[in-house]
Amino acid sequence: MKNIFLFIRNYFTLLCFVVLQITSMVMLSKSSDAHDAFFSNAINEVTGKINKQYNGFYEYFSLKEVNRQLVAENAALKNKLNNYIIAPDSTQRLVVDSTVTDTIGRYRKFTFLPATVIGNNITLQNNFLTLERGSLQGVKKGMSVISPQGIVGSVIDVSDNMCRVMSVLHRSSKVSAMLKKDNNAGSIEWDGENPEYLTLKNIPKSAKITIGDTVVTSNYSANFPAYIPVGTIAGKTADPASNFYTLKVKTATNFASVQQVYLIKNVRFAEQTAIEAKVMKINE
Amino acid sequence: MSNHLKNIIRFLLFILVQVFVLNKVPPLHQFIVPYLYFLFLLWLPFSTPRLFLLGIGFVFGLSLDFFTGTPGLHAAPCTLIAYVRPFVLNILIPKETAEIGYTEPSLKSMGFAPYALYISLFTFIHHGYLVLIEWMQFGDILFFLGKVMGTTAVSLLLIAVTEMLLFRKGKFRTNAA
Repeated sequence: MKNIFLFIRNYFTLLCFVVLQITSMVMLSKSSDAHDAFFSNAINEVTGKINKQYNGFYEYFSLKEVNRQLVAENAALKNKLNNYIIAPDSTQRLVVDSTVTDTIGRYRKFTFLPATVIGNNITLQNNFLTLERGSLQGVKKGMSVISPQGIVGSVIDVSDNMCRVMSVLHRSSKVSAMLKKDNNAGSIEWDGENPEYLTLKNIPKSAKITIGDTVVTSNYSANFPAYIPVGTIAGKTADPASNFYTLKVKTATNFASVQQVYLIKNVRFAEQTAIEAKVMKINE
Repeated sequence: MSNHLKNIIRFLLFILVQVFVLNKVPPLHQFIVPYLYFLFLLWLPFSTPRLFLLGIGFVFGLSLDFFTGTPGLHAAPCTLIAYVRPFVLNILIPKETAEIGYTEPSLKSMGFAPYALYISLFTFIHHGYLVLIEWMQFGDILFFLGKVMGTTAVSLLLIAVTEMLLFRKGKFRTNAA
């Protein structure tokens, strides 16, 4: 017994060192799946506040680019307005339905919530964004985030007024995506090397792929609506061992300058994930 | 200005510069990430007790982690630096200088060659460990080596610039302080 105490006293610093190393490793391994376990509300609010101050200055430098994006988006939206469509003749009538639920039972599946980016990183292996919208404004875990140009990521942690978003530039991010022209679906991942390029996996070799094809989100995703731009194909390699392509995708979103984003809520998100999780359990 | 106050201000400055200046630099190349923040640990006074040094290292790394959203990623290399530092300093400085000498490691207090060795050794240790954890499964040895070398080179350049910009007059340790 005395020897044990002597040992502990002699190697106390070494023991502390080992304990601290183990603590950091545990925190690091927990952070990717149970993020909220360590990032409590309080810390999120503090770093969020500092980020907000910084962003107040930084926003001025990208005003021009943000303006350009907003104008482009406005133009795109205006083009979709029914006011600008002239009916060919009076025998056909164009009816626009503006209610959330109509009599045939159609409902609005996705709702959009604008948010400002107050923290952003693209230089690490695991990148996060901080948005100034939280549970008080109706943000929930799992909501997807898009910019005017394309997809950005999904919400993984929410505090009262801030939320933290796992960018698609994160090594454990996975989004279901498909080729716009023939709806072949695969999954979008990031290899952690270049923030301008993502990797699209599991596209069968039967698909005819040319450089420059557009990739959009697929209809299989629980949190992303279909047909949100992901990027364009910049290179392809055929994996000789399997029947699938590995494609290099140039991101549609410019992650270095993203300032304004939309949070998207799927009304049936909980239902879809619950039933998918149930099936997963059966498979195991 | 007292030594403690000076080190607290340095703590905050290094974190803020790392988070809001260096981490915002658009990536020039996949191998190059500018890291400077760990210089704070290398500049701490000689007389810091070892346990206290470990604690500071952990807290310092963790506070950077709060900003980058990766709890533990920077804390682990910082703790490693804090643990190894006293051993390396013991080897690098002759006993008599340590007894009567300056308060903290600097060009003037250690001399050029030992100080350069001290800085580059810890830069290399820090980046090697950081990239190893970040990459975890240690897939591509070329990528690993390239990233460590590239990042180390950029860090050493940054440290050299910092040393020139903020020339620290080596302060003698006195009984009054």
